[in-house]
Amino acid sequence: MAYLPSILFACVLIAGLGFFAKNVTRLRRNINLGKAVDVSDNKSQRFKNMAKIALGQTKMVVRPIAGALHIIVYIGFIIINIEVLEIIIDGLFGTHRVFAPLGVVYDFLIGSFEILALLVLIAVIVFWIRRNVIRLKRFMKPEMQGWPKQDGNLILYIEMVLMVLFLIMNGADYQLQQLDVAQYTQAGAFPVSHYLAPFFDGLSTSSLILIERSAWWLHIIGILCFLNYLYYSKHLHILLAFPNTFYGKLAPKGQFENLDAVTQEVKLMMDPDADPYAASTEEEAVPEKFGASDVTDLSWVQLLNAYTCTECGRCSSECPANQTGKLLSPRKVMMDTRDRLEEVGKNIEANNGTFVDDGKQLLGNYISHEELWACTSCNACVQACPVSIDPLSIIMNMRQYLVMEESAAPSDLNNMMGNIENNGAPWPFNQMDRLNWVTEN
Amino acid sequence: MDNILKVPTMAELFAAGKQPEVLFWVGCAGSFDDRAKKITKAFVKILNKANVSFAVLGTEESCSGDPAKRAGNEFLFQMQAVTNIEVMNAYEIKKVVTACPHCFNTLKNEYPGLGGTYEVVHHTQFLSQLLEEGRISLEGGQFKGKRITFHDPCYLGRANGVYEAPRELIRKLDAELVEMKNCKKKGLCCGAGGAQMFKEPEKGNKDINIERTEQALETQPEIIAAGCPFCNTMMTDGVKNKEKEASVAVLDIAELIATAEDL
Repeated sequence: MAYLPSILFACVLIAGLGFFAKNVTRLRRNINLGKAVDVSDNKSQRFKNMAKIALGQTKMVVRPIAGALHIIVYIGFIIINIEVLEIIIDGLFGTHRVFAPLGVVYDFLIGSFEILALLVLIAVIVFWIRRNVIRLKRFMKPEMQGWPKQDGNLILYIEMVLMVLFLIMNGADYQLQQLDVAQYTQAGAFPVSHYLAPFFDGLSTSSLILIERSAWWLHIIGILCFLNYLYYSKHLHILLAFPNTFYGKLAPKGQFENLDAVTQEVKLMMDPDADPYAASTEEEAVPEKFGASDVTDLSWVQLLNAYTCTECGRCSSECPANQTGKLLSPRKVMMDTRDRLEEVGKNIEANNGTFVDDGKQLLGNYISHEELWACTSCNACVQACPVSIDPLSIIMNMRQYLVMEESAAPSDLNNMMGNIENNGAPWPFNQMDRLNWVTEN
Repeated sequence: MDNILKVPTMAELFAAGKQPEVLFWVGCAGSFDDRAKKITKAFVKILNKANVSFAVLGTEESCSGDPAKRAGNEFLFQMQAVTNIEVMNAYEIKKVVTACPHCFNTLKNEYPGLGGTYEVVHHTQFLSQLLEEGRISLEGGQFKGKRITFHDPCYLGRANGVYEAPRELIRKLDAELVEMKNCKKKGLCCGAGGAQMFKEPEKGNKDINIERTEQALETQPEIIAAGCPFCNTMMTDGVKNKEKEASVAVLDIAELIATAEDL
């Protein structure tokens, strides 16, 4: 019978981690639906970016209040996880506070966890107030209605509950230590939870043990549930921010990729010796599709971007189109990309591993032409993203599809392109007049 | 000072067996747009005064392809790029200067992948280098103490990280450089980028250039300095819309310097 809790714990842990592994497999499969792209270059710069932007949170602090609060929650999340290690060992081997022999170090660790837990609790409450009481504009945009709003709040509630459970667990433990109850050896410092003493006043030892054990179990079960919630939530960024900043764009922001498929065709056209008939036998001469109309036309890095987005809305709040009331919202572009990718993933699962055409695509069903044409390509969204997401590249790929596959540009732009084609300038001026300014007054 | 601009073409120099220090890429706006032509001339006056050996492509220059690329027409962009690269490579061009951040960005970043690798600088970078080398001198003169705010062109600033060269030049004019609340990395677009210059804006509650002009006017400037022909148009329209054209001028950095030097 003494082994029962350990066996139970092992089952819970295996179930939690197993389910998470299954979701990670799904995540990988979906991201790999994207096109191959070579990002193996410049590893040292990429590690530097990851260290600075993800680990060092350098872009979070551009907005000092949100940045400072976020750093508290981020550090809390990482450090308090050391405690989770102890909880797992205790759970599996039936020990209690297995790290207690560390003595003063242990006191210091538990003491700092408690202070961090309190700070996290406060930060999370402020976050909740910003979303629900102050109602910051960027959390109130149309794309945040419904599930995204609930998701944001749910994450905050889970974090509050986890921190409270952690403090209750320690508070009850401290009381039991004071009462010299067997198993509850004197260990740890409790700078925060000892203030909970009044709540435990007059409770019997068995009640205290019940409270301590319940909080302990709920805390670890809560963490495992939270881990598995990630895949269904915008909160995946806590894991994906690292690969995403690693694979983020290294070139200057203004450098847009030159499409290789187009280069092939242009070279063919410009080469007077090229034999157009010979070329058609080569596979390269038939490019699959110019630009992107669905998620599978995007690169896997762009799809990783979509899963990494935590919907903070800094991109949209900096976007000139969004600021002036246009439909375009870079955040929505990322959310739509993820939603469509999930839809495609589920379709593949339901059809035994192959995608069955559902008559839908990212362009049109999720992202409208009007949104795409409102972009000024100013890179404000890219600059604002704290985790190196590039919404602009998706907008550009979809414009390419609209123009090169569907000839669906606004008529003004068709005129502009016609002018470039005919006389080498976006306006209807003759190329032979290019130097007239020298002699004009 | 005579008013005749000396603007040699690459073809002329090539025929004479000469190679200029730098190619001045004028760009479509600089060649055809009435407002932008003034910027082109101001820049040439400075080059002439500093005795910079330069040349233009003239009728051999064609659109860099930037608006086509940003509009999604990669095909047309690459056709333009390859044509221009052929011309520039034939002339063995090493260094290019341009007063248009869109041409600057495209030539600097997107031409190398298509076979055209040059040292490309924006005219504000070129001018601040001339200043550093003592090839031009600047005294504030009529701009001394004037409140000037600089509007960062997206394709110069965020896109390529050039924030200081234009500011350096404004400071050298002894002017009072005042920053907008959104400047440098956080600079707000004028609304013309991404081929928006050539189309009507989408439905919204305000035009982007009005929003940006309001931010500029908050600094109580006497001059809004620009470094891009498109930004110049957008900000000029914004100032007119706010009926401030009598008290606030929109001028390119090259125009400020040419005026300060009485060119």
